[in-house]
Amino acid sequence: MRRIYLDYAATSPCDPEVIKAMQPFFFDKFGNPSSLHSFGQEVKKEIEKARETIASFLGADPSEIVFTSGGTESNNFSLFGVAYALEEKGNHIITSSIEHHAVLEPVKVLERRGFKVTYLKVDKYGLVDPQEVKKAITDKTILISIMHANNEIGTIQPIREIAKIAKEKDIYFHTDAVQTVGHIPVNVDELGVDLLSLSAHKFYGPKGAGALYIRKGTRIQRFLHGGDQENSRRASTHNTAGIIGMAKAIELCREKMQEEAEFQTNLRDKIIRQVLEKIPEVYLNGHPNLRLPNNVNFSVKYIEGESILLNLDLLGIAVSTGSACTSSSLEPSHVLLAIGLPAEIAHGSLRITLGRWTKEEDIDYLLEVLPKVVDKLRKMSPFYRS
Amino acid sequence: MEFYSEKVMDHFMNPRNVGEIPDADGIGTVGNPVCGDVMRMYIKIENGVIVDAKFKTFGCGAAVATSSMVTEMVKGKTIEEALKISNKAVAEALGGLPPIKMHCSVLAEQALRKAIADYYRKIGKDPSSFEPKEENQH
Repeated sequence: MRRIYLDYAATSPCDPEVIKAMQPFFFDKFGNPSSLHSFGQEVKKEIEKARETIASFLGADPSEIVFTSGGTESNNFSLFGVAYALEEKGNHIITSSIEHHAVLEPVKVLERRGFKVTYLKVDKYGLVDPQEVKKAITDKTILISIMHANNEIGTIQPIREIAKIAKEKDIYFHTDAVQTVGHIPVNVDELGVDLLSLSAHKFYGPKGAGALYIRKGTRIQRFLHGGDQENSRRASTHNTAGIIGMAKAIELCREKMQEEAEFQTNLRDKIIRQVLEKIPEVYLNGHPNLRLPNNVNFSVKYIEGESILLNLDLLGIAVSTGSACTSSSLEPSHVLLAIGLPAEIAHGSLRITLGRWTKEEDIDYLLEVLPKVVDKLRKMSPFYRS
Repeated sequence: MEFYSEKVMDHFMNPRNVGEIPDADGIGTVGNPVCGDVMRMYIKIENGVIVDAKFKTFGCGAAVATSSMVTEMVKGKTIEEALKISNKAVAEALGGLPPIKMHCSVLAEQALRKAIADYYRKIGKDPSSFEPKEENQH
């Protein structure tokens, strides 16, 4: 059967060139980069080269890149690290209500430990208003954390404007850029951020590899305690193959990103146009233009997301949903609720995310079968009257 | 698809008894769209026997499959027999459900009980011994 992967925001395949670059680091170059002997040092050289590649892609200095295990660790590191480094100065953190759980959960832990947190509301497109950030700032604010682009609805935030406000008030600004690095331009100085999280498996690199950009001079406590790797900023033996793979993935993105973004934006807009045209009572979630090139998110009235997902899966198409049905809470996605969708509409959401291997014919197939799936499920729905 | 059993997927993709019974003797609706599951069950009763059952469901794969299975199970049963159908029996008949989906089988049992309760009220009988209470539904 034809298999079509349209869930690139969940994870992307490792590019074969990335796998090739990683291969030597499992046997030939297996050394520990912290070792003084040649086995270690030959790998250390490659790790530092990888650091340069990643730093230059982000417009950063290599000394500002710390390797981590991925987006979750980078976000935890930023939040706990800054909160504990600056707790003498203040105890207030500003974030948004649509952050990834890897930000919201650490923040909740900090809240339980006495920190004060402001969760900024977003508008119907999922946008944070920079003026609201300004208003939320107090003399106790030590950190602002707003994601670059949302993983569910793809909305890209006005990071530059928010960072400017943070800078004026001398407050650290962190952004979770897990969905944007390798997909749209990310430059730490242009954005004006102090901390930035990224994760390799979202841009055709391996899972278990990520990085945190920490602007020079930023006060932050280490998160993983142990050895003195990463200039004593992050303990743990380097994930050498993962780091090399991540750097290779970045190199490929540097070559291909612009072309891919244009191609995906066209396909994205084709999906949006045709689905809204072919299927009645379907709504686009997120912003029409300020959105990731590869993200489409719809709410389909009268039916539930998991049902759509399963039907498409049996037709060979992999997508995702913000429905509660695979969570134990019965609550639909916090992001969809935050943009003001009623719960029953949020349950009928469908996320389609494109990537490097998505072809136009894949999208044509999706557009051919989706109306049939929706029609079939609506006929089963107690709410639908045709 | 490992998450659901083959039987669940069969009843989800080819649900039995989808639809409405225009002159139903009992109709039961349970669940809440806010929680993502709503089942409406229709039953036709002749001489104390459920001769037909149909459903409409808004919900996930398990919600559709349990609705389909319970309508299959009740057909031909007396009301007393139908009231003995437990959510566990529905889940078992489907080859099991993932733990987080067991609430769907509870909804299926409750939809059936509500439909029978509706019928009882129409014929002047008291359904309070088996009718699910509102707060138990989600």
